[in-house]
Amino acid sequence: MVNLIIDGVKVQAEEDTTILEVARFYGIDIPALCYHEDLSPYGACRLCTVEIEEKGRKRLVASCLYPVKEGLRVRTHTARVVNGRRMILELLLARCPNSKTLQDMASKTGLQRIRFKPEDNDCILCGLCVRMCAEQMRSGALGFIGRGDTREVVTPFREKSEVCRSCGACMYICPAMELQCRGIASSRDLCNSCLVISPQCLEKYDQVMCYVESCGGCTGIDKIGKGGK
Amino acid sequence: MVRIRNCSDLEGLRRTIVEGRDQKKPCIAVCSGTGCQAYECEKVTEAFLSELERNKLKKRVDVRRTGCRGFCQRGPITVVYPEGIFYQRVRSEDAKEIVFETILNKRIVDRLLYTDPSSGQKFVYEKDVPFYNKQIRILLGNNAFVDATKIEDYIAIGGYSALAKVLSEMKPEQVIDVIKRSGLRGRGGAGFPTADKWESCKRARGDVKYVICNADEGDPGAYMNRSLLEGNPHSIIEGMIIGAYAIGSNEGYVYVRHEYPLAVKNLTIALGQAKEYGFLGKDILGTSFGFDVKIRRGGGAFVCGESTALMASIEGKVGEPRAKYVHTTEKGLWNRPSNLNNVETWANVPLIILKGRDWFSGIGTKKSKGTKIFSLVGKINNTGLVEVPMGITLREIIYDIGGGIPDGKEFKAVQTGGPSGGCIPEKLLSLPVDFEKLTEVGSMMGSGGMIVMDESTCMVDVAKYFLNFLLEESCGKCAPCREGIKRMLEITTDISSGRGDAEGLKLLEELATVVKDFSLCGLGQTASNPVLSTVHYFRDEYEAHLNGKCPAGVCKALIEYFIHEDKCNGCGLCRKNCPQNAITGEPKKPHAIVSEKCIKCGICHESCKFEAIAIT
Amino acid sequence: MGTVGLEKVDTIISSYDSDRSSLIAILQDAQAEYGYLPQDVLKRVAVKLDIPLIQVFGVATFFRAFRLKPKGRYLIRVCLGTACHVRGAPRVLEETERRLSVKAGETTDDGLFTLETVNCLGCCALGPVTVVNDEYVGQMTGSKVASLLKRYAKKDKG
Repeated sequence: MVNLIIDGVKVQAEEDTTILEVARFYGIDIPALCYHEDLSPYGACRLCTVEIEEKGRKRLVASCLYPVKEGLRVRTHTARVVNGRRMILELLLARCPNSKTLQDMASKTGLQRIRFKPEDNDCILCGLCVRMCAEQMRSGALGFIGRGDTREVVTPFREKSEVCRSCGACMYICPAMELQCRGIASSRDLCNSCLVISPQCLEKYDQVMCYVESCGGCTGIDKIGKGGK
Repeated sequence: MVRIRNCSDLEGLRRTIVEGRDQKKPCIAVCSGTGCQAYECEKVTEAFLSELERNKLKKRVDVRRTGCRGFCQRGPITVVYPEGIFYQRVRSEDAKEIVFETILNKRIVDRLLYTDPSSGQKFVYEKDVPFYNKQIRILLGNNAFVDATKIEDYIAIGGYSALAKVLSEMKPEQVIDVIKRSGLRGRGGAGFPTADKWESCKRARGDVKYVICNADEGDPGAYMNRSLLEGNPHSIIEGMIIGAYAIGSNEGYVYVRHEYPLAVKNLTIALGQAKEYGFLGKDILGTSFGFDVKIRRGGGAFVCGESTALMASIEGKVGEPRAKYVHTTEKGLWNRPSNLNNVETWANVPLIILKGRDWFSGIGTKKSKGTKIFSLVGKINNTGLVEVPMGITLREIIYDIGGGIPDGKEFKAVQTGGPSGGCIPEKLLSLPVDFEKLTEVGSMMGSGGMIVMDESTCMVDVAKYFLNFLLEESCGKCAPCREGIKRMLEITTDISSGRGDAEGLKLLEELATVVKDFSLCGLGQTASNPVLSTVHYFRDEYEAHLNGKCPAGVCKALIEYFIHEDKCNGCGLCRKNCPQNAITGEPKKPHAIVSEKCIKCGICHESCKFEAIAIT
Repeated sequence: MGTVGLEKVDTIISSYDSDRSSLIAILQDAQAEYGYLPQDVLKRVAVKLDIPLIQVFGVATFFRAFRLKPKGRYLIRVCLGTACHVRGAPRVLEETERRLSVKAGETTDDGLFTLETVNCLGCCALGPVTVVNDEYVGQMTGSKVASLLKRYAKKDKG
């Protein structure tokens, strides 16, 4: 077992675990998009970045990949980290403005307005579908091609893959587009409704439902004076 | 050719070769590096060979194809030994005259000598040519004496005796100690202490370890590594064998970028010869140490200069970097301990062993020892490869060696470190060049590219250029780099198109900081340097663009071409060449540009011989 | 485009002992043989090396050395390295694109020219540099583009 300190709290962890795994085990919320506990970590979204201090030296690392070490000091929500997360979400939202998941995550960081020209993309290139298909489904029908801003996730030659079994796991695991925003055409302003609404579904069910399907209830609420999107 | 079985065999062979060579025998050394190949140096070599044949001199005069001589602006370079007579801009037609005058009659061909542009003085001997004065060419200097395809040349100048010394007299720890005390730091860009890297790889757990040479050299404008590999490949091979011995590795790779076919060719030949002679393979020089090297070619990706991407590429995968929380010296190629060093780093190793660590640490500054090869290019008179001691000032490199800025223009900035580096303005020209100093001013040493810019270079355009380059070369894996660089490019494009505003500039700086702090690998982490350094030192230029002006006259949306009526004599050349038929005028009368049709291609400006066309 | 002869690529793969880590070298040699990388060749490589096809496709699209479409008879490469850039290379590229009516990366309809950009050939003293097949043309300017293209068009006919 290894002893380390996360956000001032002394914790213990098994060797060969990552900071993110340990933090989540102890209920500390570090956001992430390209991480799934049943798939290999990828370190691409950089939202899980935390500040560590090791031998007197401070630096930023991706917690989904950084292994725990004896005496490590971790801070998960410093100003530099939170500002960076906000900016990364702003960048991702500019790419995929319709994603309710991204909008909710961004609202939590205090983002209200996107300062970049919005594109019309569905994919944040987190690679979860690729790893799901390769590691869990053992098919390898999807993958990355190109590089830089031409990078995308496709099937070979953009045709139906011979090894695809139509299992739908790739759609299931996608974090960005599982929930689409139900508001009117996206503008650069986030409604931030998720921060203030009381979910209507709680009146009917004993569980919030928007993690299964977005009901769009947030769009009609005028609580913060924005009158829907 | 005989397989060298031990160190005294090697000494014996060296003596035989040296004694077999007449030091007084004339040798015509024709530079055959890629730069001079572009100048058709092969035709020059062939012309010499046929001229010598014609005069029945083939047995009495040698012709040697050498690697890059550094003074690329004046290529093709031909030096006649033993005197060291330096001829520049030699064409195949000149071979006849050189053979007749210099070889047969010991006379100098004046018109082919280097002439100093300001004083008009001509220089006969290589050692006197001002370009070389402040250089210390411990690495590139050997290119003069070596035909890369002939191992005997390398042995004749002392090649492989460092290896012999190491294998017969030194333990691996002692080798590392010598390198440590010499102060050698990586020449690939980061300047990490080489001995420390070797040591951590040596200590890492695992029986199979790899030694790798990074010859990816992706920085545009940098070709130092190429010239070392093409000109003297054995120096790198010897360095790698010594390093492998120190670390405990038996397998090595040289990763050469796809765009260097001549380097691959010469290296392949050199490896073959080294193996024949017994410097590679099993039981090297009669010891139980064995080592082999394979070549791997890149596929055209700048990101593969990054260590983990390079290793992924050798494994046959795409060049996607990975986090280095566990160093590659512990888990690198195929998850095994791997030691990666740059071409120039390896080339320094045999010299340090042979001439001693004190000799090496006697050159340079307190923390940056030895020399560094820079490719001095751009708006500079003496374009070429310069090898200088660490600590020399930028001013000395640019003016004393480089000969200053052409066409009487004013110096504006020098860019070092490639796309990971920054621009350094005029007021910092007294800066001594070393690892720390360059980083302090917002740039970095990098692999050695040094791009000089003058008053007609727009710094906003430069930032835009590097961002565009990095966006194309980014692997695209992580969001801050891929999306961040894309948006930084959008903002700088807006600024250079006259659509920028103060908000945008502020956003640019904010974005640059996040890209730097949150990117996965060195490409993203340093992508902000060109932006941040140009905004820092040339903020007024950015603000001029916000006000609709491009002071350097580059950004198309903000400039206009027009014809000075009083200077135009109506020759009509611009009108003929204009691809858009946007120039009107009658013969012998002043012409005018129709601005609605003008696409600002600049062809009229290039064509006008009377400087009548101006850019505002 | 009909089916492509696969004996050549089979020979290449054998020469590398079907070693997976030699994928890049195999693709480079295959491209040298076929002039580009046809789909059938990529599929064959995936099968023979026992690598998922998407991975081969990924490698073939990641590295700039690889071409998935046939190239023209003359390959024009305009150097856009930093040194050439500050000496005016963008103007050379623009003029070449305009004259050929193609963008960098494309081939002219008549199959004569393929236009590509390259990030440093290492002959910065000649900059701006344009290479047509194996001929290096130095000190290029926008005004020299027309005559260069004309020279090659003529060479092709004659």
